[in-house]
Amino acid sequence: MPLHIPRFASVAMAAAVIPVGLSMQAVGDRGGDRQPYSAAPPAAMTVSLLPGSIVYPMPGEFLKDGRPQRNPRLSRQFNKPLEIMTYQVSAADYADCVAAGGCQPPQEARAIPDDAPVTGVSYLDANAYARWYSEATGDHWRLPSDEEWAFAAAERFTGEFEGVEDDADNPARRWLTSYKAEVALNRRPDPLPRSRGSFGVNSRGLADLSGNVWEWTSTCYVRATLAADGIGVASSIDNCGVHVVEGFHRTYMSNFVSDGKSGGCAVGTPPDNLGFRLVRDRPGWAKRILSRLGLI
Amino acid sequence: MLTRREALFGAAIGAAAVAAMPAFSTTAAQANIGTLARERIKLVAPPFVHPHDQVAKGAPKIIEFTMTIEEKPVVIDADGTTLNAMTYNGSVPGPLMVVHQDDYVELTLINPDTNTLAHNIDFHAATGALGGGELTLVNPGEQVTLRFKATRTGTFVYHCAPGGSMIPWHVVSGMSGAIMVLPRDGLKDDKGKPVKYDSIFYIGENDFYIPRDEKGNFKSYETAGDGYDDVIKVMRGLIPTHVVFNGKAGSLTGDNAMKAKVGETVLIVHSQANRDTRPHLIGGHGDYVWEEGKFANPPAKDLETWFIRGGSAGAALYTFLQPGVYAYVNHNLIEAVELGATAHFMVEGEWNDDLMTQVEAPKPVATN
Repeated sequence: MPLHIPRFASVAMAAAVIPVGLSMQAVGDRGGDRQPYSAAPPAAMTVSLLPGSIVYPMPGEFLKDGRPQRNPRLSRQFNKPLEIMTYQVSAADYADCVAAGGCQPPQEARAIPDDAPVTGVSYLDANAYARWYSEATGDHWRLPSDEEWAFAAAERFTGEFEGVEDDADNPARRWLTSYKAEVALNRRPDPLPRSRGSFGVNSRGLADLSGNVWEWTSTCYVRATLAADGIGVASSIDNCGVHVVEGFHRTYMSNFVSDGKSGGCAVGTPPDNLGFRLVRDRPGWAKRILSRLGLI
Repeated sequence: MLTRREALFGAAIGAAAVAAMPAFSTTAAQANIGTLARERIKLVAPPFVHPHDQVAKGAPKIIEFTMTIEEKPVVIDADGTTLNAMTYNGSVPGPLMVVHQDDYVELTLINPDTNTLAHNIDFHAATGALGGGELTLVNPGEQVTLRFKATRTGTFVYHCAPGGSMIPWHVVSGMSGAIMVLPRDGLKDDKGKPVKYDSIFYIGENDFYIPRDEKGNFKSYETAGDGYDDVIKVMRGLIPTHVVFNGKAGSLTGDNAMKAKVGETVLIVHSQANRDTRPHLIGGHGDYVWEEGKFANPPAKDLETWFIRGGSAGAALYTFLQPGVYAYVNHNLIEAVELGATAHFMVEGEWNDDLMTQVEAPKPVATN
């Protein structure tokens, strides 16, 4: 699907909303028309972020004239509030879903605190939890899109390791510089998940972003060929068998992978752990916005 | 009933009596020993190798080495899994020693009293006395000096071999290394033409057998002896929990990736004291490979993967032709990726389009 990458905030809105709308449909709009479970799980703590904007490097791989490019930076405007969990879904929260038959047990054998984030969960597990939690609470919960995550993460957002050198005659220069950039971060593996709040709170009041648990997003991996102007997209291929994972650095993982160490990141430092947090949609509100924009 | 510690020492003392017999080292045919020049080498930790001449200068010498045995816990993967390691000179693997044919290797092996176990050294390059193992068993608080003549050229494993189950246990606890005996006139290709290397790396591969608790997590022990029974059980299953280069998964990647330049010739010495392995340089080759490691045999050419028999060391010579990040792996890819046997080379230089080029970048499949 050709996709135009706009330059300015006002135009960016449309592009920003489309993937969100798609991911909502993918999860299924189970909203408020379902009966909540009789014993509803405890309500998750959330933070409601006021509308705002970010400059955002798009996820995926971008080519121009057959050569890898820096991920295009976009100014993204969020014109509606974003309600997102303060903490990642905890091991205890997830255990409720497993007990209720809504989720597979996590691939996690280590002794971790109950109030630590759940780890050893795949994209499929995270979506199963979102489905179950939506039904159990009667609200609509889903994974954040990558740009929502970046917006919420604010100063904790890092994005890609990008090869800084672009040498048409020597592709190896890019591989080497990106390898060195990753090495220069000097981040040692930090495998064991810790209690909620251990990695502090960011400027927007969200806890534990970019600690040692990476988070699944609803955004598919994409490879795009940029148009001659370097801004528009000439062609792109989505691979929704792979999703964007955010944390200390951005990476891409196959949907069924639950151990960050075994997926993605061919060289360098892989994610220590995979977990997630959810966003709550208020369908009426979102629909009003979308219809005002003429998108539905 | 003996405690574990007493049992270990008991075994040591029996064998130590053999070591006390001095007769071997003072028999005939050593008339000229006193006249030979001596050179003292300071060993360095792998993957690096102490400075050495590729072509020997002058007559055979006595090359003096000292290695201190260190028992200590070492972390062997990113999860912090700990091995109660036994080490030659503090590193897993022990350092690569380099001499020339007909040199005498004179090793002083020190077992400080801070250690708890008896140790020795068996050189596959040496002749007699179980490779020197019979003459070198030292208890904590003892040291011993062994001299052997490097009669055969090649890369050879050395390892600890203190008897019975102690042998494999000490080896899979990290006690192995390698020695390279170079021909006096240096290495030669298959046609007898001299070949040289610009740099040398020593990659010792280890298989580790770490016991797990009932939940499947790796256990740790206060001392090596405390873990002995559990470790032996895992060893007997013959399936390692870790297969690593240089003592730890990821120890030759990132910051510690090996470095080279396009046009540079690198000699990679690879040892495995216990188990077969099959090194492979992804995107490169072995120009000249001494698979069995013995330089009296002509090297094989243009290998993709080479086989290192358990209990041996081999050598591969390669001139890098293309820049980039290379992975050097044990090409049992499960062992490389899941168990840890991966190293990286960072190679700087100019790209050669003639050797490879991406004719067309990925794009959507063409439709009518």
